[in-house]
Amino acid sequence: MRRTVFPHRFLPWLLLAPQLAITLIFFYWPAGQAFRQSMLKEDPFGLKSSFVGLANFRRVLSDPNYLNALQVTAVFSALVAFIPMAIALFLAVQAEKIVRGKGLYRTLMIWPYAVAPAIAGMLWLFMFNPSFGTLAWPLRQLGINWNPLLNGNHAMILVVAAAAWKQISYNFLFFVAGLQAIPRSLLEAAAIDGASRRHAFWTIVFPLLAPTTFFLLVVNTVYALFDTFGIIHAVTGGGPGKATETLVYKVYNDGFVNLIMGDSAAQSVILMLIVIALTAFQFRFIERRVHYG
Amino acid sequence: MAESPLAARGPSRLLGHFWMVLGIIVVVFPVYYVFIASTHSTQTILRPPLPLVPGPEGLQNYGEAFSGRIGQIGGVSLWRLLGNTTVVALGIAIGKIAISMASAYAIVFFRFPLRMACFWLIFITLMLPVEVRIQPTYKVMVDLGLIDSYPGLILPLIASATATLLFRQFFMTIPDELLEAARVDGAGPWRFFRDILWPLSLTNVAAIFVIQFIYGWTQYLWPLLVTNSNEMNTIVIALRKMISFADADTPWNLVMVTSVLAILPPILVVVLMQRWFVKGLVETEK
Repeated sequence: MRRTVFPHRFLPWLLLAPQLAITLIFFYWPAGQAFRQSMLKEDPFGLKSSFVGLANFRRVLSDPNYLNALQVTAVFSALVAFIPMAIALFLAVQAEKIVRGKGLYRTLMIWPYAVAPAIAGMLWLFMFNPSFGTLAWPLRQLGINWNPLLNGNHAMILVVAAAAWKQISYNFLFFVAGLQAIPRSLLEAAAIDGASRRHAFWTIVFPLLAPTTFFLLVVNTVYALFDTFGIIHAVTGGGPGKATETLVYKVYNDGFVNLIMGDSAAQSVILMLIVIALTAFQFRFIERRVHYG
Repeated sequence: MAESPLAARGPSRLLGHFWMVLGIIVVVFPVYYVFIASTHSTQTILRPPLPLVPGPEGLQNYGEAFSGRIGQIGGVSLWRLLGNTTVVALGIAIGKIAISMASAYAIVFFRFPLRMACFWLIFITLMLPVEVRIQPTYKVMVDLGLIDSYPGLILPLIASATATLLFRQFFMTIPDELLEAARVDGAGPWRFFRDILWPLSLTNVAAIFVIQFIYGWTQYLWPLLVTNSNEMNTIVIALRKMISFADADTPWNLVMVTSVLAILPPILVVVLMQRWFVKGLVETEK
């Protein structure tokens, strides 16, 4: 707690005003509206609305399309959370083995972070589209009927690849930082005891990285849930069929394309609950991390 | 830097280089591919496999893209798209830094009723990303007449719980003695900020700037919602509109040039400001 402060009474409010105004107008008011609308039934012209309690939620949660989106999101998020983490951890360990040239590797490794998710999706689509993708071409030569524009599984593979590719940079930087924080003495002791590198990795390094791993797991999940909208929208539009329609894409689609307000609002509220749970989870682990030292 | 305790010798170190090179190829290839494609004609692009070296049409493609207007997006020029995106990215980065610094300053260096309530009010916005309140936020924009305007693209995205938290944390490490000394010398809140706090905050500001510039440049959902006119599109949205696999007229060479221009500025920022970028990323933790 700070002992000395400025005595002004009005000035702090003036300083806070812009941030508070923006949060109230663009965050709290709309979030409140989402709650309100989630319990209203509106006619398609938005002229009348009536209170229906939890009916919208009941309908959304029993809608096979929503359950499909839930399943797609679960598969997509699990893959997007896990794949870049595994690749980044492996590469971070390789980078630690190296003495010279680390800086250059890092510089090249952080590029994807700067690429917009939607563009990451488009880049992968350029490489793997069935009509002229250079990397789709060998697949077709091998007799694989590769077509992400028509085949749901292929579409899923493509969006997962693009989303995971973009997230490698972030995970890599955190694992490198995590590895550098591992006390030297522990590894030296292990070496003296004759432990192999592989053994030392799984018994010392990996457990000590647990806080970083958990942290990245949450960050990657939040990324997969929310920041990948651009990839889905730009590459597949949720299709083919509904094979890549995630929860966020469905909220957008129902609210702006199909104009089903009550359902879209109910889905928004469900998403809000998911974010709150994830954020709470994240802060628990960050606090833990502090205790680890 | 001291040698890492995980550093290896001999063949193991060589293997490390091997995997790193392989990893870099995977990471950099998509960007390299689109750059190569941007130097070939549409005919070459449409006839796989694409040669993996730059083609002869590079200058012509870039010249055409910059001098002409792109029919697929209503004849808007590339300059206009780059300009829009720069305004949005800078607006978001600078706006976020300005309002988060102001709020963190108020919360740390003043005492007033509801101080902590204000802090929590800002903090909780972490849990309300645009994606969970799309429809009603859009309605607010319509009611305020902010559709197709720069304030519409920028304002809703500049509230920042993370930046406020970071500045608050940093301001709390400023020793009381510094403030006492400044006050004894008769410095008011503005003098103290300008002469002492701002110079001390510069590395943090640079770190947050890089992260938020990238955040602004790569926005997708929000610009998609609040821009109807092609004139107001950011380059990312315009690129999406240019691409059609069904349309035989898609000018793929110009699509590739536009992709390169959409990717290059943020990559340059990250690479050139790498030190602050890594600091910003690892310290803000989100």
